[in-house]
Amino acid sequence: MIELQGVAKTYSGRDGEPVHALGPIDFTIERGSFVSVVGPSGCGKSTLLRLIAGLESPSAGTMTRSGAPLEGPSRDVGIVFQDHVLFPWASVLDNVLLPADVFGMDRAEARERAFRLLELTGLADFAHHMPQMLSGGMKQRAAFCRAMLSDPQLLLLDEPFGALDALTREELSLELSRLWQELARTALLITHDIEEAVLLGDRVVVMSARPGVIRADIPVDLPRPRTIETENHPRFHEIMQTVRAMFFGPGRR
Amino acid sequence: MTARTLSTLVDRATTPIIYILVLAAWELGVRVFQVPTWILPAPTEIWSAAVLWAPELFFNSLVTLRETVFGFALALALSLPLAVTIAFSARARRVIYPIVLALQSVPKVAIAPLVTLWFGINEWPKIVIVVLVCFFPILVNMVTGLESAPRGMLDLMRSMRASEMTIFRRLRMPSALPHLFTGCKVAITFAVIGAVIGEFVAAQEGLGYLILMSTSQSQTPLAFAAIILLTLISIVLFGAIELVERRVVRWTP
Repeated sequence: MIELQGVAKTYSGRDGEPVHALGPIDFTIERGSFVSVVGPSGCGKSTLLRLIAGLESPSAGTMTRSGAPLEGPSRDVGIVFQDHVLFPWASVLDNVLLPADVFGMDRAEARERAFRLLELTGLADFAHHMPQMLSGGMKQRAAFCRAMLSDPQLLLLDEPFGALDALTREELSLELSRLWQELARTALLITHDIEEAVLLGDRVVVMSARPGVIRADIPVDLPRPRTIETENHPRFHEIMQTVRAMFFGPGRR
Repeated sequence: MTARTLSTLVDRATTPIIYILVLAAWELGVRVFQVPTWILPAPTEIWSAAVLWAPELFFNSLVTLRETVFGFALALALSLPLAVTIAFSARARRVIYPIVLALQSVPKVAIAPLVTLWFGINEWPKIVIVVLVCFFPILVNMVTGLESAPRGMLDLMRSMRASEMTIFRRLRMPSALPHLFTGCKVAITFAVIGAVIGEFVAAQEGLGYLILMSTSQSQTPLAFAAIILLTLISIVLFGAIELVERRVVRWTP
């Protein structure tokens, strides 16, 4: 689905000195898989997502999407940002329908799909509410509906639960896992929460800070569907330990 | 009556009571110290003059109101397209902004006689001066507003490959609205002042003309009545804009 080879990103800093944000990294996302990328803040994981989203271009290396060179954003990619970025002047439904307007989708069809997604995320009763009236978790659900409206092949999640409280986080993580399975899409999750990364991912890619490089790529062989029970699975704790060791183990700089 | 209802009643009554007390003190002071009417008339004298001159006050208020509203509308019609041009073209900004800034730095009182010379003794010089004073606050606020769209929301639009036109229509325009109304509210209070400046220079009608005439004939109570009407026009126009704002901008920016 996505292939990165020797990709690096360097920004020009405030005093003109280049800031090395990411890489070089090799990275692939297989079609139909859920990949979690976990790392401390400042490890360039958000840069990685922006590169894959086509919002920024790499300083070095090659990127392909479905075999073709990745240049700029694609309408086949849906993004859920850390900040929900719902328009405060539009109702929840109109926010979810934004891609329909931008892409010129069939209005009636898009409406039907929007309502189905809102129903799926338990927001059907709030379709005509303004975003300000929703809780943080509900806003993020609405943002998810918007990202999914055009049925994108790839879903990019940039710390989507970062601004939420622990309970809502866990609830939404499990819900996302269920939705991902129902909608059968490819997903990339960026997070700094190890538990979340393991709970959701087929793979957990561990990144380290300065320079942002991939430290490990750990397969998560936990049964699906992932539920609240998954967290009691002995294997879950083993994998958690493995990931944690990458951060705090003796091999650390 | 409970203590709470009594206290809210006192809260609500405080402002009117203070106003009435001030008026009473004014009336009493003028009478006790026998201040000549042509220096400071008592409130009751102003009221009698207002009743006596009611038709003239009404007619001249309409003249000033028309100049103010027409000039304001013209300023709005001129500054909005210019704001859009400035927001979208760095070159237009470099060319237009210095001119606009220079125009704003010229005291309108200083060029009012010139404007009157150019447009003749009719309502046009007043309208032009109103346009000159309203133009700047509307333009500057609108440009700021058009540039106020948060980066996250712009990223969202860009990630969907939205055209500049769509971004303008769905994101920049709505996020500029609160700023536009701020500019309009500043402008409308200036507008009334602008109209009066125009009438001071040369006029045969309008509240500014009435104030000039009545003071030159020591008809101070009439001048006071005209000034109070000017204030009322200002307040009403400001309130009208706020009313529209509340209907259009239903979100907190």
